[in-house]
Amino acid sequence: MPPRPRPRPRVAVVVFPGSNCEQDVAYALNWLGLDSAYVWHGDHSLDGFGAVVLPGGFSYGDYLRCGAIARFSPIMDAVTRFARAGRPVLGICNGFQILAEAHLLPGALLRNAGLKFICRDVALRVEARCDWLDAPTGSVLHLPINHNEGNFVCDSATLDDLRADDRVIVRYCDEEGRTDGVSAPNGALDNIAGITNAARNVFGLMPHPERAVDPTVGGSDGQLVFQSLLQQFTQEVF
Amino acid sequence: MNYEIYVTYRAGIFDPAGATARRGLEQIGFDGIHDLSIGKYIRLNTDATREQVTEMCEKLLANPVIEDYRIVETED
Repeated sequence: MPPRPRPRPRVAVVVFPGSNCEQDVAYALNWLGLDSAYVWHGDHSLDGFGAVVLPGGFSYGDYLRCGAIARFSPIMDAVTRFARAGRPVLGICNGFQILAEAHLLPGALLRNAGLKFICRDVALRVEARCDWLDAPTGSVLHLPINHNEGNFVCDSATLDDLRADDRVIVRYCDEEGRTDGVSAPNGALDNIAGITNAARNVFGLMPHPERAVDPTVGGSDGQLVFQSLLQQFTQEVF
Repeated sequence: MNYEIYVTYRAGIFDPAGATARRGLEQIGFDGIHDLSIGKYIRLNTDATREQVTEMCEKLLANPVIEDYRIVETED
C-alpha cells in the first residue's frame, strides 16, 4: 500500500482590524496548493501552523504610525515566539510595518518621499536568499507596490549590519537590475524594498508577492516567495 | 496631571511633509525659511507619573528608531 500523503502544515494569515489583503494572501496560498486559515488578531495561539503571514492593509487605520498599535495586538506575542523559534514569518506591506514596529525587523517605514500613495508594478533585484525567497541573486522580479509609507530608514550602523550580513533581500532597481543611480519610488534608503532578520526566517517587504501569483491577474513572480515555503514544508518532517 | 508631548523626527531623518510645506511657503513668497519640520502634538490627562509617561512614549507614542519626544507638564 502506498504511504498516505502527509498533510502539509497550514499557513496562518493574521487579520487585524483594517487588514485588507488577507484574502489575496489566502488566494495565492491556495493557488499554490498551500492550506491557510485566518487568525484573528485577538487570538493568542499559533499552535498547529507551519508559517505566519502578516498581510497588507491599514491596521488600526494607520493611526499614530503604521503598525504601531497592531504591534501590541494579543496575537503578536505568539508571532514573536514563533519568529524567535525560527519558524517562517512573512510581513507584506502593512505587515512589514508591523514587524518593524515590533522590532522583529530593524528600521522603520516612513511616508513616501514624494508624499504620494504609489500603486504600480516595480522591478526588484534579488540581493540574497532567505527562508521566504530562494531565487538566484541578481535576478529581477516584477511585483506591485501599493503604499503610502514604504520609505525604509534605519541608522547607519544598522545599515552596515544589513549589508554585511546580506540581509537586504530585494532592492528597487531598473529593468536591467541596476540600482546605482536608480532612486526608489518611495525614497527608501539604499533602495531597500525587503529585509530579513539574522536567522533569515522573518522576511518583510513592501511589494505584494500575493498579487503576482495567479498569472491571469498580475504576473507570476510572486510565486517564488510562497514556493520557497512549499519546498520547506515538503522537505520538513512535521 | 496634564502633559503635552511633542513628537518630532530625529536629526537626519528626512521629513517629506515638512520639506513640502517649506517649498509651499517659498512658492507664495515667504523667503528666509531655514528649517521647517512637522511633528505630532499629543495632549494627555492622566494619573500616571512622568516616568510612566516616558514609558508610554518609548513603547507606543513615539518610535525611538525615527522619532524624538519631549514631555511638558502643564497646569490646566
